[in-house]
Amino acid sequence: MQFNKSTSPYLHNTRDIPTVMRLVLLALLPGTIAYYYFFGWAILINITIACITAVICEALMLALRNRPLLFLKDYSAILTACLLALALPTLAPWWLIVLACFFAIVAGKHLYGGLGYNPFNPAMIGYVVVMVSFPQYMTQWLLPDIDLSLIQTLQLQFQGITPVSMTLDSITSATPIDSIKTGLSLDLPLSQITSSSLFGAVGGAGWEWIASGFLLGGVWLLYKDIITWHIPAGLLATLALMAAIFYIVSPEHYSNPAFQLFSGGTMLTAFFIATDPVSASTTPRGKIIYASGIGLITYIIRTWGGYPDGIAFAVLLMNMTVPTIDYYTRPRVFGVKR
Amino acid sequence: MTDSQYKLWSFHGGLHLPGHKKMSTGQPIGKYFIPERLILPLQQNIGEPSEPIVSEGEYVLKGQLIARANGYISAPLHAPTSGTVSEITEQLIPHPSGLAATCIIIKSDGLDKWVQLSPHASYENMDPSALRNRIRDAGIVGLGGAGFPSFIKLNPGSRTSIDELVINAAECEPYITCDDMLMREHADEIIQGTLIMQHALHARQCLIGVEDDKPEALKVMSDAVKRLGHGQIKILAIPTLYPTGGEKQIIKVLTGKEAPSQGLPLDTGTVCHNVGTAAAVYQAVIHGRPLVSRIITLTGQGIKTPGNHEVLIGTPVNEFIEHNGGYHNRIGKLIMGGPMMGISLASDLVPVIKTTNCLLGQTQQEATDNNTVMPCIRCGACMDACPVNLLPQQLYWYAFARDMDKIQDYNLFDCIECGCCCYVCPSNIPLVQYYRFAKTEIWAQEREKKKSDRARNRHEFRLERLEKQKKERGERLRKKKAALNKSKSTDKKDNDKQQAIAAALTRVREKQKQHSVISKNTDNLTADQKKKIEDADKRRQQNNNEKVPSEEDSDS
Ligand code: SF4
Ligand code: SF4
Repeated sequence: MQFNKSTSPYLHNTRDIPTVMRLVLLALLPGTIAYYYFFGWAILINITIACITAVICEALMLALRNRPLLFLKDYSAILTACLLALALPTLAPWWLIVLACFFAIVAGKHLYGGLGYNPFNPAMIGYVVVMVSFPQYMTQWLLPDIDLSLIQTLQLQFQGITPVSMTLDSITSATPIDSIKTGLSLDLPLSQITSSSLFGAVGGAGWEWIASGFLLGGVWLLYKDIITWHIPAGLLATLALMAAIFYIVSPEHYSNPAFQLFSGGTMLTAFFIATDPVSASTTPRGKIIYASGIGLITYIIRTWGGYPDGIAFAVLLMNMTVPTIDYYTRPRVFGVKR
Repeated sequence: MTDSQYKLWSFHGGLHLPGHKKMSTGQPIGKYFIPERLILPLQQNIGEPSEPIVSEGEYVLKGQLIARANGYISAPLHAPTSGTVSEITEQLIPHPSGLAATCIIIKSDGLDKWVQLSPHASYENMDPSALRNRIRDAGIVGLGGAGFPSFIKLNPGSRTSIDELVINAAECEPYITCDDMLMREHADEIIQGTLIMQHALHARQCLIGVEDDKPEALKVMSDAVKRLGHGQIKILAIPTLYPTGGEKQIIKVLTGKEAPSQGLPLDTGTVCHNVGTAAAVYQAVIHGRPLVSRIITLTGQGIKTPGNHEVLIGTPVNEFIEHNGGYHNRIGKLIMGGPMMGISLASDLVPVIKTTNCLLGQTQQEATDNNTVMPCIRCGACMDACPVNLLPQQLYWYAFARDMDKIQDYNLFDCIECGCCCYVCPSNIPLVQYYRFAKTEIWAQEREKKKSDRARNRHEFRLERLEKQKKERGERLRKKKAALNKSKSTDKKDNDKQQAIAAALTRVREKQKQHSVISKNTDNLTADQKKKIEDADKRRQQNNNEKVPSEEDSDS
C-alpha cells in the first residue's frame, strides 16, 4: 500500500493565528462593555468605523501586494482597528479614526511587508500620526456624566453638530492625566485638581472601571496562555514604581501609583498593545526589559512631556530597541555553560 | 516502591500531549509469526552498515550471524529465523529518504530452528570487556529509536567508572506503548539487563525513569527491583511531559546534569540506555541470544486492532499489519515511530528493523495537512515549548534567509528535532523541516569545504615540495660547481669533459632559443609589451648562461 509522505511532527495543536486573535478580541470585551456603560454609543461607533476602514485597507493592500485574500481571515486587522478605537478619544471625528486606521494598516503594517514583518506596533503608528497631526482633536474625551443618544453621537462624530444647548467644550474635556498636568502647571495642589468630577476613586471617573475591564480580560489571556506575564508585569511594575518614588517624595505634585495604573491607556497597553508579539521582544528577559522601558518612558512623558499620554511614543520607541534587546537576552541553551 | 524522596529536576519547555496510550495496552504482547520472506537491511544502526558473510542459496539457522560488523561503530546482523538466503539485493528500506539499500533476503522454512547458543548463567565474574564483546556480537543497538551500537555506550572510556546509569523508560511520545508493555511483562529481564550494564560500566548508581502515566509498569518494575535489584537500582516516577524520553532530557530530570551542548552524556559521567536495550542485553549475555526480534506497538485510528506484538526483525511491514488485524479503511498515513519524531512511510513494503518501536496509522483526516502556513508573528510559543531552550523563531528566520553562520550561532546543532516548536506554532510553519534543511545544507557545505581544503592542501604541499626540490638542487649544484672549480686545472680529462658539457650546453641553449621563438606570440604587440618581452628574453638568456646542465636537471 502507498501512503502520502510528509515530515515529522505529524501532530499539531489547533491554536492557529485566527484562533489566537479571536481570543484576544474576546478578552477586550469586558473593558469595551464598561466603556459603553460609562460613555455610551461613541465607542461602538468608533469600533465600527475602525473595523470597516481596517478591513477595506487590508483587502486593498493584500490585493495590491498580490497576497491571497484569505489572510483577511486572520483577524489581525480587526484587532488593530479595535485597539485603535479603544485608544483614540471618545468623540473623535469619523475621519480621524479612518485616517488613523489607514496609517496603521497601510504604513504601519503592509509597507513593512504585512503580518509578521512590521517592526512597529501598527495601532500605535496610526495613533501617533493623528496625535501629531491633529492634536486639537485628541482632547475630545466625552465627560462621564453626559448622556448622548445614538443620533446625537452620530451627528457629532460625522457632522460635527453638537446637541442643542451644549457646546463641545461643555461635554468633552482632556483626559484626567492631562488635566493633572495642566493643573499642576497652574500651581494648583493635586488634591484640588483631583476633586473634580473627572476623577473617580482611583483613576478617572468611569475610566477606572474600563481599565479594570481590560485588566480582567488580560488576566484571562494570561490564564489562557495567549500572553505571558512578563510584559504586563514589567510594564505595570515599572510604572507603579516610578509613580511611587515621586509620590512618596512629593504627594502634592505627583499622582499616586494606583492613579497611574488605572487611568489613560495603561491597562489596555500592558495587556493588549505592548504584548503585540510581532513588534515586542520575544525572549523572557527581553520582554521584561522591553516592557519596563515602556513603563518608564510612559511615566516620563505623562509627567513632564508635552503630550497628553506618552504610551504610544513609549511603545514605538521601545519597538526600535527590540532587535538589540533580543540579541542580548538570548536564553541559555541546554548544555551551554554561562 | 518508587523512591518518592529522590529529588527530580526539570528542563525548560516541553508539551503535555494527549497520550492515546490506552488503545494499545489492552492486550498482552502478541507472539511473533514467521513470514515467508524476511528483508534484512545491512544498515540498521547508526554508523557503518554490516558486511554480509553468507551467500545466496546458503541455509541459515535462527540466530546465525549473517553479516558482520564493519568497523567500530557498526553492529552485526543475525538470521531472525531459519531458512535460506534467497538474495542479497537492493530493497526499499524505512528511511526518510525513501531510498533502497542492500538487504539480505531470507526465505524462511517455518521451522524457526535456533543455532547452537552459548548461555552464561552469571555475568558477575565476567570481565566488562568480555561483556561488551558479547553484547556487540549479539548485534544490540539502542532500541529506543536511535540505533546506536550499544556496546560502545557500555564503555566508560577513559573514566574508571561512571556516576549514573540511566535507564530510559519514559516513553514520552504519544501512542507508543512497547516499553510500557515490556516492563509489565518482562520486568525481571530488564532489571537483570540493567545490572549487567551497571557491571560493564562500573556505574555507581542506576536510575530507571518511568513516566507517571504508566502506573502498572511502575508497580511491576518496583516489585522486580525489590526482588532482584540488590539495592542498586532506583525506579523513579517522572512527570509525563514530552520529550522527557530524549536522552539528555531524561538525564537532566533524573540527575540534574546537563550533557554539554553538542557533547555526550558521558562527558558528565552519565550513560543512558533504553529499557528495551536492557532486556536485549539480558537475553544476549545470559541466554546467548542475539537480537532477532523486538516488540512493536501497532496503533492509531487507522489501524483495526491496536496492540503490541513481538516481531522478527526483517518482517515486512505490510504482512505484519495484515497479520495483526490490518488497516482501517480510513487509513491515510503510516508512520514508523511516534507522531512527533517518526518517519512517514511512502510504502508498507519495507521491513521492520531493529529500531522500529511503533507503527502508527493516522486517518486521512489526521493526515491532511490543510493547515495554511502563515508568516511568523514572533509569538514565542515555539520558544516556550523548546526543551533545549533555543529560539526556534530565530532559527527559522535564519534558515529562511539561508544565513548558515547566524543559525549556528543560535545553536542549530543542539536542536533535537523533537517537533515541540512545530506543534505549537499558530502559523503552522514546518519549523523542523527548516532546521533539517539547514543542517543538511551546513553538512554539505562542510563536505565541500573539506574537499576544497584537501585540494588546497594538496596544492600547497606540491608547491612546497617543488620549492624544496629546487632548493636542494641549488645546493647540490653549488657543491658540484665548487668541486669542479677545484679540479679544473688539475684534471685534463675533466677539461675535455668540460668542453663536452659546454658544447652540450650551447646546443641546449640553441634549442631553447628556437623554442622561445616559436612560442612567442609577438604579433600586434604594443611597444611597451615588446620591450617587456625583450627584457624577459634577456633575463632568460642570462639564466641559461648561468645554468650548467646536470643529471638533476633532467626532470625539469
Ligand atoms: S510559534 Fe511560529 S509564529 Fe510563533 S514565534 Fe514561533 S515560529 Fe513564529
Ligand atoms: S525541534 Fe528543535 S527547536 Fe524545535 S522545539 Fe525541538 S529542539 Fe527546540
